Amino acid sequence: MARAVSTQTKIGWTIAAWIVALLIFFPILYTVITSFKTENEAISGFNMIPSFTLDSYREVQSQYNYFRPFMNSVVIAVGSTVLALLVAVPAAWAMAFSPTKHTKDILMWMLSTKMMPAVAVLVPIYLIFLRTGLMDTRIGLVIVLMLMNLPIVVWMLYTYFREIPGEILEAARMDGATLQQEIVHVLTPMAVPGIASTLLLNVILAWNESFWTIQLTTTNAAPLSAFIASFSSPQGLFWAKLSAASVMAIAPILIMGWFSQKQLVRGLTFGAVK
Amino acid sequence: MAHSIRALAGACAVVALAAPAMAETLTIATVNNGDMIRMQKMTKPFTDANPDIQLEWVQLEENILRERVTTDIATNGGQYDVLTIGTYEVPLWAKQEWLTPLSDLPADYEVDDLIPAVRDALSVDGTLYAVPFYAESAMVMYRKDLAEAAGVTIPESPTWADIKTAAEKMTNKDGEVYGICLRGKPGWGENMAFLTAMANSYGARWFDMEWKPQFDSAEWKAALTDYLDLMTNYGPPGASSNGFNENLSLFQQGKCGIWIDATVAASFVTDPDNSTVADQVAFAQFPNKEGVDNHGNWLWAWSLAVPATSDAQDAAKKFVAWATSKAYTDEVAAADGWRAAPPGTRTSLYENAEYQSAAPFAAMTLTAINSANTQKSSVQDIPYTGGQFVAIPEFQGIGTAVGQQFAAALAGQMSGDDALAAAQSNTEREMARAGYPK
Repeated sequence: MARAVSTQTKIGWTIAAWIVALLIFFPILYTVITSFKTENEAISGFNMIPSFTLDSYREVQSQYNYFRPFMNSVVIAVGSTVLALLVAVPAAWAMAFSPTKHTKDILMWMLSTKMMPAVAVLVPIYLIFLRTGLMDTRIGLVIVLMLMNLPIVVWMLYTYFREIPGEILEAARMDGATLQQEIVHVLTPMAVPGIASTLLLNVILAWNESFWTIQLTTTNAAPLSAFIASFSSPQGLFWAKLSAASVMAIAPILIMGWFSQKQLVRGLTFGAVK
Repeated sequence: MAHSIRALAGACAVVALAAPAMAETLTIATVNNGDMIRMQKMTKPFTDANPDIQLEWVQLEENILRERVTTDIATNGGQYDVLTIGTYEVPLWAKQEWLTPLSDLPADYEVDDLIPAVRDALSVDGTLYAVPFYAESAMVMYRKDLAEAAGVTIPESPTWADIKTAAEKMTNKDGEVYGICLRGKPGWGENMAFLTAMANSYGARWFDMEWKPQFDSAEWKAALTDYLDLMTNYGPPGASSNGFNENLSLFQQGKCGIWIDATVAASFVTDPDNSTVADQVAFAQFPNKEGVDNHGNWLWAWSLAVPATSDAQDAAKKFVAWATSKAYTDEVAAADGWRAAPPGTRTSLYENAEYQSAAPFAAMTLTAINSANTQKSSVQDIPYTGGQFVAIPEFQGIGTAVGQQFAAALAGQMSGDDALAAAQSNTEREMARAGYPK
């Protein structure tokens, strides 16, 4: 009897999980479907069966050179992630293994910077970018996105590092390991899942960022977020074209997420079950 | 050593000679409208004639573009050399000295050929600050087959009573044909563009001469009551989500008897490639309330301006003059036919027999544009300019807030009286906060 209840519960949870997953995935699915509709179909209310036209993709291609914003997105997402990890790994390591009485305050202060709306600092950052020549450059966006995501990266890494038992590091020290050996041979292998999932999450956040990437670019460094924004029209039907542009913009990151989902889930649930 | 000096001098000379030949890059910020996309594809004659000028395009959603350009100009950024802006921004930005006066356009530009109402809307104190790429007023577009079947006639200059009668008779909800489609989606450029023009035609005004909001007036009450009545009884379901694009789609699919909106829509609804009712569309002037000599005064022109912060002023002026020239219109006509010519900007276009024959909406479009008076949009005294908007910086926020109240009334979430009362109190508060009367 107990076994039957358990199976029913299992089936119930599985169905619930599928429903939640489908609800979360539905906007993406509908975007893909809409991209294969005609403009009139796209605006004519809810309809799951498109006429499977590729006109929108053709028009998007004819209006915009996809390759340039795509390359900008790759450089900006990867660059800001690498830079963020270079800064965040030592910071999180220090706070996790050599905490002081102010560590928690520092972490909270870092997180509090995320609570401020981005538009509040738009004008100062805009002016700094103008004066320093960073406006509409990839390096400028790499820096600003690194700064925007740094608090989350530090927090995530700090949480992962805290899960590593200090006794293992002590044992390494007793065996005569230097600080460098401790980090390279003991800490890093244990923290790889956490670092990897932080890296992946940061790439996704940077790829999807649309406020700074639109505000601080014009033509040279404009990534895929600007590419999508260009297909909205005040006078003329555009939903199918906008959907096609969105699919082209999110496809690379979806594919990356698909292939790395095992690593991503492993990292995100790291330490969740003891 | 002598060789080195000679080599250095030679290199300097080459660089000095090469410098003038280096291409100047113009960054053009624009919205993604069909006419703008066409212009982007048709720049070859310009770049061939000006090999020293390269064009870079930034297309953005209308509101993002406005936000982005405002930030750039206010911070003296100089990221853009040519801006696509409307009749709302031009007077405001010109007064801030953000735009370069376009008083030295070449003689062959024929500035006097610009339609006077459009030219006035883009000028401040007689100086032109932007040149129109295409312009529009508003008019009635209706299905002549449905009108005939229903036994109604819509006169060339209808009143709102005529529109109501026709909408009632053309409605066939079982057949998914709705007598009238009007904007309901909230926004200062969406439902409030239409409702401001409709209110103008009822003799209403946004503010009195002391900048006191007038939503508590009998004229506003009459306009909103009739709007809600029309839309509730004869409009499509979910109309509070319908803007220009949604109504365009409904009309093209044959689901609207009457659509009152921007004149630029006429070329879309008569396009046989996209409209199922292309050969059944007739046109009439924007309606007025009986006894009120006002047809809404809707006037909008997507225009090209040169920001004062551009460091390529001459090249930018050269480009805007080309893109809004008669020669450009001829190039469009040669490539895509006269129907595709950017409408509403030049008198000569409306005198062109080929255009008149290709565009059955030409005469009514010109009538609508010519009848728009953006300097005095209400029959009552007003302290502001602008037709379907009020040309003050606060209008974007206020107009959208009021639009949300009216959309809520259309969706049945509140009564028309409550929406007007909320609009009155919100606008009074915002105007006081902004320091009016100034």
